Amino acid sequence: MASPAETAVPLERIAVNRKAVATIAVVGNPNAGKSSVFNRLTGLRQHTANYPGVTVERRIGRSTFGGVSLDLIDLPGTYSLSPASTDEKIAVDVLFGRVAGTQKPDAILAVIDSTRLYQGLYLLQQLTALGRPMIVALTMIDAAEREGRKIDLEALEDALGGVPIYPVVATSGRGFPALNAALAKILSVPPPRETAHWPELERAAESLVARWRVRGTELHRVEAERLLIDANAPTLTPETVADVASARAELFGAEPPLAAEARRRYAWVRGTLARVESPGSGVVTQAARLIEWLNRPWPGTAALIVLMFLVFQAVFAWATPLVDLIDAGFGGLGSIVASVLPAGTWIESLVVKGIIAGVGSVIVFLPQILILFLFINLLEDTGYLARAAFLVDRAMRSVGLSGQSVIPLLSSFACAVPSIMATRVIPNRRDRIATILAAPFMTCSARLPVYALLIGAFVPAQRVGIVNLQGLVLFGLYAIGIIGGVATALLLRSSVLRGENPTFILALPEFRLPNVRTVAMKLLDRVRVFLHRAGTIIFAVAVVVWALTYFPRSPEVEQARAAAEVEARAALTGPALERRLADLGNEAAADHIAQSWLGRAGHWVEPAFRPLGWDWKVSAAVIAGFPAREVVVAVLGTIYAVGEEADEETLAGRLTAARHPDGSPVFTLPMVLGLLLFYAWCLQCAATLAVIRRETNSWRWPVFAWSYMTALGYGGALLIYRLSGA
Amino acid sequence: MSRSPLLTLADLKPGDRARIDSIETADPAVQRLMVLGLVEGAEVLFLRRSLGGDPLEIRIYGAAISLRDEQARRFGVVKTASRDAQPGARQGVVANGQPR
Repeated sequence: MASPAETAVPLERIAVNRKAVATIAVVGNPNAGKSSVFNRLTGLRQHTANYPGVTVERRIGRSTFGGVSLDLIDLPGTYSLSPASTDEKIAVDVLFGRVAGTQKPDAILAVIDSTRLYQGLYLLQQLTALGRPMIVALTMIDAAEREGRKIDLEALEDALGGVPIYPVVATSGRGFPALNAALAKILSVPPPRETAHWPELERAAESLVARWRVRGTELHRVEAERLLIDANAPTLTPETVADVASARAELFGAEPPLAAEARRRYAWVRGTLARVESPGSGVVTQAARLIEWLNRPWPGTAALIVLMFLVFQAVFAWATPLVDLIDAGFGGLGSIVASVLPAGTWIESLVVKGIIAGVGSVIVFLPQILILFLFINLLEDTGYLARAAFLVDRAMRSVGLSGQSVIPLLSSFACAVPSIMATRVIPNRRDRIATILAAPFMTCSARLPVYALLIGAFVPAQRVGIVNLQGLVLFGLYAIGIIGGVATALLLRSSVLRGENPTFILALPEFRLPNVRTVAMKLLDRVRVFLHRAGTIIFAVAVVVWALTYFPRSPEVEQARAAAEVEARAALTGPALERRLADLGNEAAADHIAQSWLGRAGHWVEPAFRPLGWDWKVSAAVIAGFPAREVVVAVLGTIYAVGEEADEETLAGRLTAARHPDGSPVFTLPMVLGLLLFYAWCLQCAATLAVIRRETNSWRWPVFAWSYMTALGYGGALLIYRLSGA
Repeated sequence: MSRSPLLTLADLKPGDRARIDSIETADPAVQRLMVLGLVEGAEVLFLRRSLGGDPLEIRIYGAAISLRDEQARRFGVVKTASRDAQPGARQGVVANGQPR
């Protein structure tokens, strides 16, 4: 038998993939620096998913502290164990182990902002009663020092019942070695002593616990306390509802339970603060003065305008070269693949025009998403977003929204896709949905190619007074978009989404320099989410549309083309031959589309669009543009036999020359105006629908948005066409 | 003897310091503000109103909170200092630059 020395395996050789020993909840107020602490503790070893049934994201990271492997859950910020929003509810539910698929935390890492101890202590006091091992990371200690505050850590630890406190600065890493060492030993930290008592509540809670234990349900005393305080807490069985109701009536009488708790606990908090904290010296730095000045209404508004302009410019100016690069890249890839695969077969077409183009149509959004979210995350991290919302709140309320909607709506002028993702910052659900539905109305950059083509070809380039007519029409289209969005929000908020005027209680974060690491992590997250959720839908739609334009193949068209090519080669040479061959190619493509499923669909729906003055070609192009508006120009090019890459002039020429079977021109001014209005109000973007689906967690809203906007676009086009005397 | 009209949070001017004295607790939004620390005895500094007068911003023991005018009306206060006067009770607030 082998001796122990020979069978011992060195520690380093044991497989790295061990199960985590325990789960630690990272809990604290919003804007306390929780995520920064979490990111520093877990680095890239974190994983984001969704909690079941809600759009709240679950971030879990695994890390090793002193050889101990721990799972850290970054819980949404909360101010108390009585949740006031979905985010806070998730945090509380996870703490109590009530969320399916998420481990009940064994210990707690509380993250408290040292410059806002008053609110932090409220939550801390509730947490100490949970009876689990707990340590506290006291963040932004450098800011507290700058303000001249002094915190007696020992006194505070004692006041909390013996909870170890670790001052840290998340941005610089100061204090983290001690915190890491503490996490290694967290499971052996004794639970805090209870230092503040509410005898009546505790007695009532304990009697509830005892009664339910008899019925077979085990409840922690704190859970029972929360049940007694919260009006909407999930109760366990119907009998317990009566239990809880009578206990509440006896305990609180007419005083709202939340008010009673707040009054009691904050009295304790004030007493504790008096003992442990000495106030700042009140010295103000120049930077702080500047920020206070910028917070004033008028300087603030000016700053907001400048900032939005900057963001807008950045998204357009910086994104465009990147988008072009991606386009070129995918185009190049397509060519390479096309040269490898057998030409003219469905496989080649599927891979090149379906798959590669399809994937390309997803990737092409990334530059705009990245840039917009870089800005938004930076602004959020500095605390500016809340300030901006504060400024414009009054104006937004007049259209039924609230201040927090302004940045997502303004960003929609670049692209609605990242903006709708950005509506997460809006806590009120109804408000958020109203914003999501208003966003696609803002004239996004994808509408511009269509506008440019139609306005350039059909609106006379004259001056009306001092204004250029073409510019006027473009501006009018922007205005119509805004009007549509605002009216939609108003309509929704006064009917389907009727509800209280969104409450606007915000703890306004202090201005601080953005944490690059946090911003980068959040950015990566957004990209991952977009590629996975939205990307799959967009890709699927692109492939489907490809199939519609490709099938069924017609041998006759190919034969006709082959025959014509033979003729051409016999009669022409050199450049003339090249041009003729190109023309033949374009005509063949047009014929193919004419008899494809898409073309047939165009013919089929034509009667519905004839009142708008459209023929089957326009109808087919609009259908093909469904996944992405920009595609319409390329499809129009193909259908009118100038090829996909046709320049505007050639295409415009063809459009002007297009005729109905009875000889009348298709593209008259009224028809074009109607088409423009259709584009202004119609939702032709699978990407937008995909993110709406993701952000509202149901198909109901994207379907509604699409139907509603299509109906609006149709109605508007019809009205203009008829009113213009057609 | 007539009672003086009750002063609320909404009646303060920028720079005023006050102590919360009474609260109409029926509105859930008011209770939410209590959870954030606006309880009787708490000392607040009124900072500013936004464009259009609503919402307004206050500072309470180092934290800035914004709330709507109608919610502010539910909090009865007693003024402890005005903008031009010396700062009142200790708060540890950065905004007014008077060294202690």
